[in-house]
Amino acid sequence: MSTTVTTPIGGLDGSPKVEQNYLTNGHTLKSWLLTTDHKRIAILYLISITFFFGLGGAFAGLIRYELIAPAGNVLESETYNKVFSAHGIIMVFLFLVAVIPATLGNFLLPMMIGARDLAFPRLNLLSWYLFNAGGALVLAALVNGGVDTGWTFYTPYSSLYSNTNVSLAITGIFLAGFASITTGMNFIVTVHKMRAPGMTWFRLPLFVWANYATAVVMILGTPVVAITLLCVVFERTFKLPIFSPELGGDPVLFQHLFWFYSHPAVYIMILPAFGVISELITNFSRKRVFGYHFIAFSSLAIAFLGFLVWGHHMFVSSQSMYQSIVFSLITYLLAVPSAIKIFNWTATMYKGNIRLDAPMIYAIAFMGLFTVGGVTGLHLATVSTDIHLTATYFIVAHFHYVMVGGTITAFLGGLHFWWPKMTGRLYNESVAKWNAVLVFVGFNLTFFPQFVMGFMGMPRRYHYYYFAPEFQPYHLMSSAGATALGLGFAVPIFYLVKSLFTGEKAGANPWGAHGLEWETQSPPITVNFETVPIVTDEVYDFDPVGEHEELMAKLAGAKS
Amino acid sequence: MFNFPMTPPAASNFAGEHDALFYAITFLAVLFTLIVSFLVVFFALKYRRGTKADRSRPMYENLALELSWIIIPTILGLAFFGWGTKVYIDMRTPPKDAMEIFVIGKQWMWHVQHPNGVRENNTLHVPMGKPVKLTMISQDVIHAFYIPAFRVQYMVVPGRYTQMWFTPTKKGEYHLFCNMYCGTQHSEMGGRVVVLDPREYADWLANNGSKPQTLTVAQAGEKIFNKVGCNNCHGGADNQRAPSLAGIYGKTRVMTDGARYIADETYLREAILRPSNKITKGYINSMSAYEGQLTEEEVVSLLAYIKSGANPAASEPAMSSALAAKESRISEGTAGNYVGAMQFNSQRADATPTKRGNKMNAVGAMAAEKVGDQ
Repeated sequence: MSTTVTTPIGGLDGSPKVEQNYLTNGHTLKSWLLTTDHKRIAILYLISITFFFGLGGAFAGLIRYELIAPAGNVLESETYNKVFSAHGIIMVFLFLVAVIPATLGNFLLPMMIGARDLAFPRLNLLSWYLFNAGGALVLAALVNGGVDTGWTFYTPYSSLYSNTNVSLAITGIFLAGFASITTGMNFIVTVHKMRAPGMTWFRLPLFVWANYATAVVMILGTPVVAITLLCVVFERTFKLPIFSPELGGDPVLFQHLFWFYSHPAVYIMILPAFGVISELITNFSRKRVFGYHFIAFSSLAIAFLGFLVWGHHMFVSSQSMYQSIVFSLITYLLAVPSAIKIFNWTATMYKGNIRLDAPMIYAIAFMGLFTVGGVTGLHLATVSTDIHLTATYFIVAHFHYVMVGGTITAFLGGLHFWWPKMTGRLYNESVAKWNAVLVFVGFNLTFFPQFVMGFMGMPRRYHYYYFAPEFQPYHLMSSAGATALGLGFAVPIFYLVKSLFTGEKAGANPWGAHGLEWETQSPPITVNFETVPIVTDEVYDFDPVGEHEELMAKLAGAKS
Repeated sequence: MFNFPMTPPAASNFAGEHDALFYAITFLAVLFTLIVSFLVVFFALKYRRGTKADRSRPMYENLALELSWIIIPTILGLAFFGWGTKVYIDMRTPPKDAMEIFVIGKQWMWHVQHPNGVRENNTLHVPMGKPVKLTMISQDVIHAFYIPAFRVQYMVVPGRYTQMWFTPTKKGEYHLFCNMYCGTQHSEMGGRVVVLDPREYADWLANNGSKPQTLTVAQAGEKIFNKVGCNNCHGGADNQRAPSLAGIYGKTRVMTDGARYIADETYLREAILRPSNKITKGYINSMSAYEGQLTEEEVVSLLAYIKSGANPAASEPAMSSALAAKESRISEGTAGNYVGAMQFNSQRADATPTKRGNKMNAVGAMAAEKVGDQ
């Protein structure tokens, strides 16, 4: 990308510049905890999120261990219910919703548009504190005896029947929700107001488009779920008649309000992943992205249509037949923009100079896994097949293919891609490559058997299945796969941390990637750019033909 | 060591339709996945950096290509939407002659009432080849009644009636699951669905139901109707305080605020339990609320009576003569009727959170009762 130097940012008073990079700019704990630097906040978020992922993963491990035997191994039903609830609550509200926007998004969004920081740096810091305060309350609820409602908090079970720490957990989720709203607001204002000169809307990297669409969903959807969950607390505490028919409320109303957020929340989780994959495919194919406008607008289409399909979670919940038909139709339409992205990424690879490094392997794994997650959504969008499949392991498999196979795979790919930028160090590429393959294999072994099991009718959230032993082989496969997958998620922590100490210095642009973030040093200085970049061309101006000929010439030269 | 089935048994009229659609969508899904996976892997290898592939004239935008992969999936999607919706409408439209069975869900068991009054818990006996409509309600939290072998499932919600229907097509025993998380023993809230041929079903109803033989649900409803004093106001003709209930089921009612409601199960239930919520135009708000005074089973019985055409005019002297005769004959049976209800409640009291000890007992018990269709 072409940039030219204009106004120097630092050293206006002529003093010599002493700053090295954002990591070395202050070493005290206070310099981290009170930082307003979006890059440091991204690192703080990365630490919080890794912690919650580890915790949620440990609960997943317990679930898979318990389900090896049809009558359980170590837990009582009451505890088992608390374990799967904890897994869901932590993974959805304290990991998936924030994982890409709050870490990679926070770090990269200002750099990608040539800004010094987000529009509201202190609000950004507040977001991290809100997130941790919410997480702390959820942890308190767990330590205090747990929650047994499932992450969906369906009424009237959650409001009148469960005597676990529902209110405490909900308060935690409420706070974490505001972390998400503040991040969303920050992103929207930043993209609108802080783009560098020449960075027009259609020169924005696709990662920025995806996070922009996500931010819109965040600020429109999150308040609804926050208020809905608060209503549950009010009904529990003050017996306000909202959801419980015993008090004169409507239990299905809760489902409408809950899914009005929680379906769009799926897109809060997956849209940023789409953004990461767009960057990875383009940069590792070393070719301009195919159909830029279609990819950008499909993000917005998904964000919009995502608000109109919540009823497909309620095909068997007594909503009217006509409602179900309309929701089914819109859900089918929503499949199209996701398919557009997959096709455009595939076409981007055509005639590229593809480098199969670890991030690209994650991107390719994403294409496979997300496609399976997407096409099995068709079974669930069709009302008559959904009636049989809903709330079975088919659903469990479907959303894990989208959330784990999609979001987490993309996050890992993005983390490896931008790790040299964030830390200034290179990780061990060959270990990372093999680990990506392990994640892919482990993932499929864990979740593919669940499709079959679900089609056969295995209900989700079942502690025991001794009355249906035909499901056991599938549970065994799934638990074996989970072991491999757990290993695949643990190994990167070791080699990435190791790279901090012994990794090779990365240089500004180890991948030869395009984008403003690669134009500054690694790790970047606190203000990101020494001078305000001027953007003169679109972001993905690769030259696959010239690059190939150059490489061939070099090889030929080496031979002669 | 393991039996290794990959498909659920197919035992209802919907199983075939469902599976055809399921496999058709699966075919499309596999095809789509294979195309994408093949292209991605093929391109990744062919255009790997340094290979001698033709990279001239790279393409960055192509409207025809974009439109084709927008329009083709849309058309395919709409086709499957249409097919799926057709089957769905069928699933939500019970035939007029369907036999109605009442289901009451509660933490953590299913209670079933057959039309002739026979009751059973955690088991559902149905006749093969006959359409069956389930009218369901929950006494506490939301449950879901799920029979995988029939490919039917619907939520059982407190405070409103939900319905589903099916025609069993294959004799045997099948799983019955609660498929909406409902608390500690959710995974054990289930049992069996037993499909009998119609003669066996008739025998079963005659002999195997809750002995002593009881009143039909509608007759039990009439008894309650008179016992709690509904007949004091709801007589043979409309009066200022109360309409006649004869033939009221399914009629459109106009409220004092002009709202219109169809007098279906859920409306009638509310009219019994919380009558002052909706006052019909032309009547005064004088009925007392029965909320907390009637069990869900009693409400179900009252509804069955009202639906059967409740004609208090004919039974002004308490009961029709035929019924009165039966009543005198089986007065003890009525007592049995209520004993049944009490047993139902006491079983709930036993259902304390599973301890590890009696869990193993439960395993043994269930093993003895192992589902036989596998």
